[in-house]
Amino acid sequence: MNKPIVEAGTVGLVDDLSGTIPSKPKLGDKLLEGKQEKVGVVGLFDDPHALVKAAEKVRDAGWKQWDCHTPFPVHGLDAAMGLGWSKLPTIALSLGFTGAALALLMQYWMSAVSYPVHIGGKPLFSWPAFVPITFEMFVLFTAAGTVLTGLWMCKLGRWHSPLHDSGVMAEVSSSRFALVLSAKDELWSDGARSLLDEAGCTDVRDLFEDVDDGRIL
Amino acid sequence: MSARPVTTEDLLPFPLVPEGTTAKDIDDAVSLPMESFPTRRWWIAFSFSLGLLLIFSVNVTITVSQGIGTWGVNNPVGWGFAIVNLVFWIGIGHAGTLISAILFLFRQHWRTAIARFAEAMTLFAVLCAVQFPVLHTGRPWLAIYWMVPYPNHNNLWTNFRSPLEWDVFAISTYGTVSFLFWFLGLIPDLALARDRAKHPLRKFIYGLLSLGWNGSNRAWSHYERAYGLFAAIATPLVLSVHSVISFDFAASIVPGWHTTIFPPYFVAGAILSGFAMVTLVVVLLRKMFNLQHLVTESHLEVMNKIMLATALMVGYAYASEFFVAWYSGVLYEKYVFLNRAMGPYAWGYWSMVTCNVFVPQLLWFKKFRRNPWLMVPIVILVNVGMWFERFVIIVTSLHRDYLPAAWGMYHPTWVDAGLLVGSFGLFFTLVLLFVRFLPTIAVSELKGAVLQKHAGAHHE
Repeated sequence: MNKPIVEAGTVGLVDDLSGTIPSKPKLGDKLLEGKQEKVGVVGLFDDPHALVKAAEKVRDAGWKQWDCHTPFPVHGLDAAMGLGWSKLPTIALSLGFTGAALALLMQYWMSAVSYPVHIGGKPLFSWPAFVPITFEMFVLFTAAGTVLTGLWMCKLGRWHSPLHDSGVMAEVSSSRFALVLSAKDELWSDGARSLLDEAGCTDVRDLFEDVDDGRIL
Repeated sequence: MSARPVTTEDLLPFPLVPEGTTAKDIDDAVSLPMESFPTRRWWIAFSFSLGLLLIFSVNVTITVSQGIGTWGVNNPVGWGFAIVNLVFWIGIGHAGTLISAILFLFRQHWRTAIARFAEAMTLFAVLCAVQFPVLHTGRPWLAIYWMVPYPNHNNLWTNFRSPLEWDVFAISTYGTVSFLFWFLGLIPDLALARDRAKHPLRKFIYGLLSLGWNGSNRAWSHYERAYGLFAAIATPLVLSVHSVISFDFAASIVPGWHTTIFPPYFVAGAILSGFAMVTLVVVLLRKMFNLQHLVTESHLEVMNKIMLATALMVGYAYASEFFVAWYSGVLYEKYVFLNRAMGPYAWGYWSMVTCNVFVPQLLWFKKFRRNPWLMVPIVILVNVGMWFERFVIIVTSLHRDYLPAAWGMYHPTWVDAGLLVGSFGLFFTLVLLFVRFLPTIAVSELKGAVLQKHAGAHHE
C-alpha cells in the first residue's frame, strides 16, 4: 500500500497539518534512528462518548485493521467496534475441566493402581474423598488457563509499538481516548485521516514505526 | 415507559470521589507514594516492621536448627500456635478475595478503592500462613516429600483421603490464584506507572511488568471477560479453602471438632477477621499517604457494616455449638464446651466472645463506623478475638478429649510467641513495600467508575 518513507533523524510524531517536524525531542526519541515508515493515523478524543461515535463510523465504513485505545474499558465500545464475545472463557474453562479430569485420574491411579492400600475392605477408588483436590485443580487450571489465554489474546508480551514511541500511550493511560487506523487495512489510503476528521476528531496525528526494528523495548 | 438504563452511578451507595475530581487528580494521588521519596511515617513503620521480621527470622532459625521441641506442643496438644496461626492468617486473607471477587460479581463499585489493598493483603497473609505448617513439619527441607505427590524412591504417594493433603492443594491453589488475580488487575495500572515514569530504570521495570499493555479495546474486551471469569472461580475457591481448613478438624473424631457447622462457621470468621485487617491497614495507609478523598469514610462504613454482620454470624455459631453439644447428649461433647467456658482456658474463651461478639456491637453506632480512630481499637480487638477463636478450638479440644488419664495442659514457649509476633513483621514489611512500589488503588477501574458517569457514555 501507500507507505511513505521518512528520512532518518525524524521523531516518532510528525504534525502532518503544518508539515513541520517537532524540534523538541520527546521521551524515547533517542532510540529512533534509521528509516521510519508510516503505519497509520491516530485520532485522540477527550470524551469516551465521542470515541464510541467515531468507532461506529469506522466500523460502518468496513475497516478491519483498526483499534481503540482507552484508559479504562468504555461501555458500549465493544458493540461500536463490532467485536463479538471473547472466546477466552471457553478456552480457559476447557483447560479447567482438563485439569479436573487429570486430578481425578491422578488420584485414582496413585490410590487404586500404583500403590493400593487395603484398609478394612474400603473401596480403593473412594471418589468422594477425591472431590476437594479435583475441585482445586479445576480452579488452578482455569486460572492459569485464563492468564495464558489472556496474554495471548490481548497480545501482551510485545513491549514495543508505535503508540508507545510517539507518546500517544502516555496520554491514553491518563485520560484520553485514541482511535488508530492501521496502514495494513485494505481501505487504507492517504485520505484515511479524513474519516477521523469527519468523526469530529480535532487531534489527528500520523503514526510512524522504525523499519526493521529489532528492539524489545 | 420511563425506563432509563441503569448506570454505574445508580449502583453506588455513595459518591466514590469528591465532586469535580479529574483523571489526573486520581493518577497523581495514587502515584504519589510511588514517585516520591518515602515519608517519615513510612520509614518509621518500615523500621518497626523490619524489627518484627528480624524476630521472625531468629525464631525460624531456632526452630529449624533445634527442631519443634523448642515449641510448646506436646502430647496431647500436638497442634499449638503453628496451626492457630495458619488458620488465623488464611482467614485474614479471605477478605481480599471476598472484596475482589464476590463484591465484583455483585457489582459493588465502591470496592474499587480498596480492592487492590485487600488483594495484596490476601497474598501476603497466605505467605505468612504457609510458613507455619511448613515449619511444623520440623524438617521443612523434606516438606515437599510429605506434601506433594511426586514419583519418589519409595514408590509412595500421599494420602488423598486426608484433609491435610487437601489443604496442600487448597492453599497452594489459593496462593497461586490470588497472585494471578492480583497481577491481572495490576497490568493496566503498571502501564500507567510506566507512562508516568521519568527515570529510565523505573520506565524499564514498570514497562517490563506491564507486558506492553496499550489499552487496546480489543485487549480490554478479553481482559474484562478474563477478570469476570477469575472472579467467578475465585468465589467458590475462597469458600472452599476455609472449608477445607475446617475439614482438618471436622473430619476428625475429637469432641468439639467433629461438627458439621465448621465450614460456614470458619468462612464467616475468616471474613470477620479479614475485614478487620483490611480496615486496619486501610485506615493506616490512607492516613500515611493522604488518600482520604479516594478511600472515604463511607468506604470504611460499608466495611464496618460487613464486619457487624459477620460478627453476628460468628456469635450465632458460638451459641449454636453450645446448643448442639447439649442437645446431642454426648458426654464428651458436653464436657468440652463446659470446659471451654469454665475450664483452665476460660480466659481464652471469654476473650474470644468479648472481642468477636460484644465489641463489634459498637458498630451499630454510626460514629464508630465512620470515625477511623474509634474503629481502630475495634478492629484490633476483633483480630485478637479471632486469633483466640482458633486457639480455643485447637487447644481446648485437644487438651481434654476422652480419657482423663490422657489429659494435659499446653504452655506456649517464647519461640511460639516470637513466631506469632514475627509473622506480623513479615506481613507488614510486605504491605509497606507494596504501597511504596506498586499502585495501591485500582486506578483504571476507579477512573472507569468515576469518569464514565461524567462523560455520560452509556450505550446498550
